[in-house]
Amino acid sequence: MIRVALPYHLRTLARVNGEVQIAVVGRATLSSVLDALEADYPVLRGAIRDRLTLQRRPFVRFYACREDLSLEPPDTVLPTAVVNGTEPFLIIGAMAGG
Amino acid sequence: MSQVRVLVGTRKGAFILAADGQRNQWEVSGPHFAGWEIYHVNGSPVNPNRLYCSQSTGWFGQMIQRSDDGGKTWEAVSNEFKYEGVPGTHKWYDGSQHPWEFKRIWHLEPSLTDPDTVYAGAEDAALFKTTDGGRTWQELAGLRGVKGDLWQPGAGGMCVHTIVLDPKNPGRIFIAISAAGVFRSDDAGKTWKPVNQGLKSPWELPDPQAEVGHCVHRIDLHPSNPNTLFMQKHWDVMRSDNAGESWSEVSGDLPSDFGFPVQVHAHEPETIYVVPIKSDSEHFPPDGKLRVYRSRTGGNEWEPLTQGLPQKDCYVNVLRDAMAVDSLEPCGVYFGTTGGQVYVSAENGDNWTPIVRDLPAVLSVEVQTLQ
Repeated sequence: MIRVALPYHLRTLARVNGEVQIAVVGRATLSSVLDALEADYPVLRGAIRDRLTLQRRPFVRFYACREDLSLEPPDTVLPTAVVNGTEPFLIIGAMAGG
Repeated sequence: MSQVRVLVGTRKGAFILAADGQRNQWEVSGPHFAGWEIYHVNGSPVNPNRLYCSQSTGWFGQMIQRSDDGGKTWEAVSNEFKYEGVPGTHKWYDGSQHPWEFKRIWHLEPSLTDPDTVYAGAEDAALFKTTDGGRTWQELAGLRGVKGDLWQPGAGGMCVHTIVLDPKNPGRIFIAISAAGVFRSDDAGKTWKPVNQGLKSPWELPDPQAEVGHCVHRIDLHPSNPNTLFMQKHWDVMRSDNAGESWSEVSGDLPSDFGFPVQVHAHEPETIYVVPIKSDSEHFPPDGKLRVYRSRTGGNEWEPLTQGLPQKDCYVNVLRDAMAVDSLEPCGVYFGTTGGQVYVSAENGDNWTPIVRDLPAVLSVEVQTLQ
């Protein structure tokens, strides 16, 4: 199982507390993890990436093992520590001051 | 015993204010959807416990929430708003053409007869409709066919911010767009025509016959007389007595005819309210005095309503969707400010008291009168 940490507003939208556990069939890539997450929590469709283009929303960022994966291609394979559940896959709302 | 429920959308959540018909003692619930921008909350006229809420953020986009118990619990029902066909382009700030891009829902207008049917006004400007309680939405795309390529955003974006349903003619819908103008459909949203003759926007639109491009801030009507419309435009307060076919100015003796909301009294079709704002450059009341102006003559002759409102050092704004009335006797009038106050007058506007003083900036106010 892959651990996914959602930002506060998406946790409230999905009505979950803490991390969620996602089962991914096949290779655990950025897109396959998001596909599985949205399948388990349909309310998140459109909130992380565009419904049609599947492009990441501009103010959403992806991190794993202290690496920023936000700009990596969708078929990027996640680190082994994320795949085996040692580390979470982080979905974060970008900082915006003011 | 009558009750009122005030539905307040703010920059950081929704709030529900409830009182009995005396409108003296208020219960406040919220924030609902804390931290999200709530552009609008509105209830079904035929099932008042059915509420719809537009929830959005710049980070995570749009969500429509629905309640069937008057706002105690909510269900996220949909965030899918897809323009029909190839979206095309509209005029951009620099005069170039820019692709239509969905940003958020500004206004939700439930049907007068069916709680599952709702109209939604979007930015970038388009009108959507659901007939299944918000689970799926279809664009009424004929609207954007009315010279949509000439529509241009104002400073606040290009949005359908006002939707008015004619209670005497089920096929008639009025909508208003900043900055495109007023449009009317007589066939339930299939086809549309611009109804902006008589509006004057000389700086932005040198052509006095321009059919679209006017920055209309708000329109309203009285259900008993739906051919008479009142409008707060970017500048000018206007009225039409022929369902928008032509407009005449009724700003009269207002201290400023710039403002955002215009609201018709619940029982008096010729009594209207506006909140004058100093100018398009200074979005606060003239002289730091928060004054609602009332006309009992359908415009031109206005009286300031000041009792209970701050008359010095007040520099808030009242946004276009942030004024409403209840249908009790005497008529209750409500408005919210960008400073987070929601005021009520249970006496037609003669005296005002704050229900709450320190909410986030208020984006919208709706009132339900519950029997």
